[in-house]
Amino acid sequence: MSKEAPKTAIELKNLKAGGFIKERGKDLFTVRLRVPGGRLPVSRLKKIAEVAEEFGGEFVHLSVRQSIELVHINFKDFDAVVSALGEGEQKVASCGARMRVPTACGGCEYNPQGLIDTQKSALEVDAALFGAETHHHKFKVGFAGCPFDCPKSATNDVGFQGAVWPELNHDECLFCGLCVKSCTEDAIVQDENGGLVFIPEKCIFCGDCIKVCPSEAWKEEKRGYTVRIGGKWGRRPLVGTLFAVFLPEDRVIPFIAEVLEWYKEKAEGMGRIRIGDVIHRVGAESLLERLRGKFPDYVVKETIPPQVIDTQIGS
Amino acid sequence: MAIVDLRGVSCPTNFVKAKLALEMIDVGETVEFLLDDGEPVKNVPRSLKAEGHKLLGLKEEEGYYRLTLEKGEE
Repeated sequence: MSKEAPKTAIELKNLKAGGFIKERGKDLFTVRLRVPGGRLPVSRLKKIAEVAEEFGGEFVHLSVRQSIELVHINFKDFDAVVSALGEGEQKVASCGARMRVPTACGGCEYNPQGLIDTQKSALEVDAALFGAETHHHKFKVGFAGCPFDCPKSATNDVGFQGAVWPELNHDECLFCGLCVKSCTEDAIVQDENGGLVFIPEKCIFCGDCIKVCPSEAWKEEKRGYTVRIGGKWGRRPLVGTLFAVFLPEDRVIPFIAEVLEWYKEKAEGMGRIRIGDVIHRVGAESLLERLRGKFPDYVVKETIPPQVIDTQIGS
Repeated sequence: MAIVDLRGVSCPTNFVKAKLALEMIDVGETVEFLLDDGEPVKNVPRSLKAEGHKLLGLKEEEGYYRLTLEKGEE
């Protein structure tokens, strides 16, 4: 007499955005957790440790996109894991042809280099666009707080880099020369009388002159994000190129949404393709023009297609 | 005026040494720091400003920099 095998019931809505990734072993999955900007309150970290101890393997893996991945989770435990993590507290991330969890540097609250609140941007974008289906391929967004760009923003499909535009008030200048020494781009030089000359086309918006200036002769005139589009890594890497400058923080979500719409539309019929390769096929001007419609004050006049990194392998 | 020679000391040790030296003088007093070119001259003045000290000037000497600073409020 054969005994009927017990049926496994799984709440399929938990799998909707992905985040459950098949492992080598039978029945085993990696569960990728949603940690926008890589900021994890200690209380949540403790909870994750408890869940890993109960359902996972002997370690967790820190993904390169700032997520904690629970390994060796049996698919039969999916519902239990989701509920133990506390729905609404610690959610599961995404995978596949979807908008991924945004990455970000520590931001500007405690990092002296940070020019802009990347943590806030990452949370807002995650709340608004997480898991959105692209119908073509993955879509990654990252936020760097300054031109040091630790998060490598230009390797994202849309990458944001914090920027400030400095303005010089000559009357306040003490002729101390600190800004000249601080500017790595030689955008500030001293004339024969010790007075300052600003060469705007050399400026990369890092704000070092403002930070070092003892007399507030250098002031912040505007602040926002430098936006590069079309980056990716993988088999055939591309570095994203410049599409907008000084995009205000509150325009970030509509900007990404517009890029996504263009991508969905233009990649139709091209198969599984990232936006950088779509730009290569249809030209950067098409996307520039689309963005100019809604963001005329920030979109650059012209740009170049995402830059190909020659991996020297394959032809 | 105190002169603190931070040449040959790399970041962030030079900044920490500068902080220790500033503990020894009074608010409003002036001090000079000798800094190497490169990272030190780019980072140390800015970090000291962020801690509330007043930068008075930077002078290029032979192969190094002389930063003059007034100690700010504790």
